[in-house]
Amino acid sequence: MSQSADFGPDLVEVFGPSQQDGGPELIQLLTPEGERVGHPDFSFDPGEGQDEAEVIRGFYRDMALTRRIDTEATALQRHGELGIWAQLLGQEAAQIGAGRALRPQDFVFPTYREHGVAWCRGVDPLSLLGLFRGVDQGSWNPADNNFGLYTIVIGAQALHATGYAMGVQRDGAVGTGDPDRDTAVIAHFGDGASSQGDVNESFIFAASYNAPVVFFCQNNQWAISEPIERQTRIPLYQRALGFGFPGLRVDGNDVLATYAVTKAALQRARDGQGPTFVEAYTYRMGAHTTTDDPTRYRLSDDVENWKLKDPIARVEVYLKRNGLADDDFFASVQAEADDLGVHLREGCKALPDPKPLSIFDHVFTEITPELEEQRDGYAAYLASFEGAH
Amino acid sequence: MATSKITLAKGLNMGLRKAMENDPKVLVMGEDVGKLGGVFRITDGLQKDFGEDRVIDSPLAESGIVGTAVGMALRGYRPVVEIQFDGFVYPAYDQIVCQVAKLTFRSQGKLKMPMVIRIPFGGGIGAVEHHSESPEAQFAHTPGLKVVACSNPVDGYWMIQQAIAHDDPVIFLEPKRQYHADKAELDESATPEPLFQSRVVRTGTDVTVLAYGPTVKTALKAAEAAAGEGKSLEVIDLRTLSPLDMAPVFESVRRTGRVVVTHEAHVNLGMGAELSARITEQCFYSLEAPVLRVGAFDTPYPASRIEEEYLPDLDRVLDAVDRTLEF
Repeated sequence: MSQSADFGPDLVEVFGPSQQDGGPELIQLLTPEGERVGHPDFSFDPGEGQDEAEVIRGFYRDMALTRRIDTEATALQRHGELGIWAQLLGQEAAQIGAGRALRPQDFVFPTYREHGVAWCRGVDPLSLLGLFRGVDQGSWNPADNNFGLYTIVIGAQALHATGYAMGVQRDGAVGTGDPDRDTAVIAHFGDGASSQGDVNESFIFAASYNAPVVFFCQNNQWAISEPIERQTRIPLYQRALGFGFPGLRVDGNDVLATYAVTKAALQRARDGQGPTFVEAYTYRMGAHTTTDDPTRYRLSDDVENWKLKDPIARVEVYLKRNGLADDDFFASVQAEADDLGVHLREGCKALPDPKPLSIFDHVFTEITPELEEQRDGYAAYLASFEGAH
Repeated sequence: MATSKITLAKGLNMGLRKAMENDPKVLVMGEDVGKLGGVFRITDGLQKDFGEDRVIDSPLAESGIVGTAVGMALRGYRPVVEIQFDGFVYPAYDQIVCQVAKLTFRSQGKLKMPMVIRIPFGGGIGAVEHHSESPEAQFAHTPGLKVVACSNPVDGYWMIQQAIAHDDPVIFLEPKRQYHADKAELDESATPEPLFQSRVVRTGTDVTVLAYGPTVKTALKAAEAAAGEGKSLEVIDLRTLSPLDMAPVFESVRRTGRVVVTHEAHVNLGMGAELSARITEQCFYSLEAPVLRVGAFDTPYPASRIEEEYLPDLDRVLDAVDRTLEF
């Protein structure tokens, strides 16, 4: 008699039949219909001395302006002013919720799509465009806003975040109880990156050293054309336990829940209790980038269904229905968005092309004699054309 | 004058210790570097004296080691990473080439990456596969990295400290078969020459032999043997592979007119190819013969019982010397 090969758990039984609605573990505090709902472990706390309605209006403003950045940049790409743009349409709540949960001393390691987090950190959105226009590779100073440079290699920054968090530990900036000293680090990445070795290694290192890092995964369901089912058989947040730290799945289109969950995870890190994995369950409404054509691989029905869960619309409905924002407020955000649009359109076109010889700058902290020679040779070559037409 | 007779392993160990004493931001990280002191004992005793926070035993994941070291460097630390064996560096290759090498450039100089990646390299120790490789050209080919190779105990002591104090990332190659081989006199009060400089280690008039790391000893032995036959070899220990310090090489070649380059790495697209090209560009009218290369064959590293066939040795260097003299 041969032994039956039927062993192991039934994955559907263990993890639920479908991820379409985020499943029963989805932490949600504001429904797509704009209703506030309770959760046994998490609640929205605007912060001490803060007016709740004002904070939520602030989130609305952040999300609306972030969407405008995205819309403008997409248009700039269509007009040939940007080579490419990585769109975030639909992920505004995930990014603003996470971004606003940070304290100034915390440090962010972004992917190339974290425009909303950059906004929260005070990075001028115009400086995000340089990379996509091809005039630089990220021009902001990470030290100015504790916001790292965009990282294009998928998942590589998860290790940088973990190492940075290990440095924080060595600085004694964890678990002191001083709210201005204790520091958390957040690593952003997507569902595709969860398959990368570097992300998995970062989980192992973070767990092993109990590093103060939050792994914030925006599961937007798509890695270019590959659906989440190609990356995982189980809900992503469930993986964390296997690495030895908690994982949570939050409605990434719910800014209140994302804020509450990320804030709790960051505080846990600052307190010295180690890493947390947050899966922000969301949807990439747009294309992967402006070079992508999602109609080749996904149904428009899916997009239409997710439009009903729009992260901004639900906050608008909530604010209006409860009389927490009037028409003037929405008009002022609109006006601010229009100003931002002008800033981006005019600023983008005015971004100067780098000078040819700047290629040689900053390969090292000081130019080497070898590179100096190459630079001088190229300068002489260029000079030889001067006056020639 | 405080002098002592030390091995390369001891020189590196003393140099690491000194660097850690001088700068509290210096961290050592790698597999088995703590209690064990590294598989070659280069970090012996450091964890005991500097603690587990500064001498960090890492999980077995090379990309993780280098990637987290990037993060620590961004936080203001100066990580010194040990890759246990040359052939195990490849899982970290992406982090080294795409991140370590590019962060200063990407940030237009706003970020520094003061990291040393120590790699025991080369063969001749009778090891199994992946433990005897010479990947230096792959790193020297990567803009943004500096690559150096020490060849002797005194250089080991000084060069590791200089590499750690340097603000750019340094791939630091250590000829593993030399770790415990020879002793040399170390004078700790001496002033070392700059890190990125080549050195003439034996003067001669007939042929210039270029070497680095493990083949410096081979070249010196060859020069000794050649002297017995009345041939005068000049030996240059390159020490720095990126950037290359060509001035002493050109000076030598203009006198001798003949060059043999020797390294343990494959000849095809190896350091010898670049050296040959540069020498040809700069010393064309001084050359009496083509630049000859003596290195490993363009095959994977063989089983250790025949590695001596594969590695350049004294006789193969002398054979090349004869060929260049007969040209």
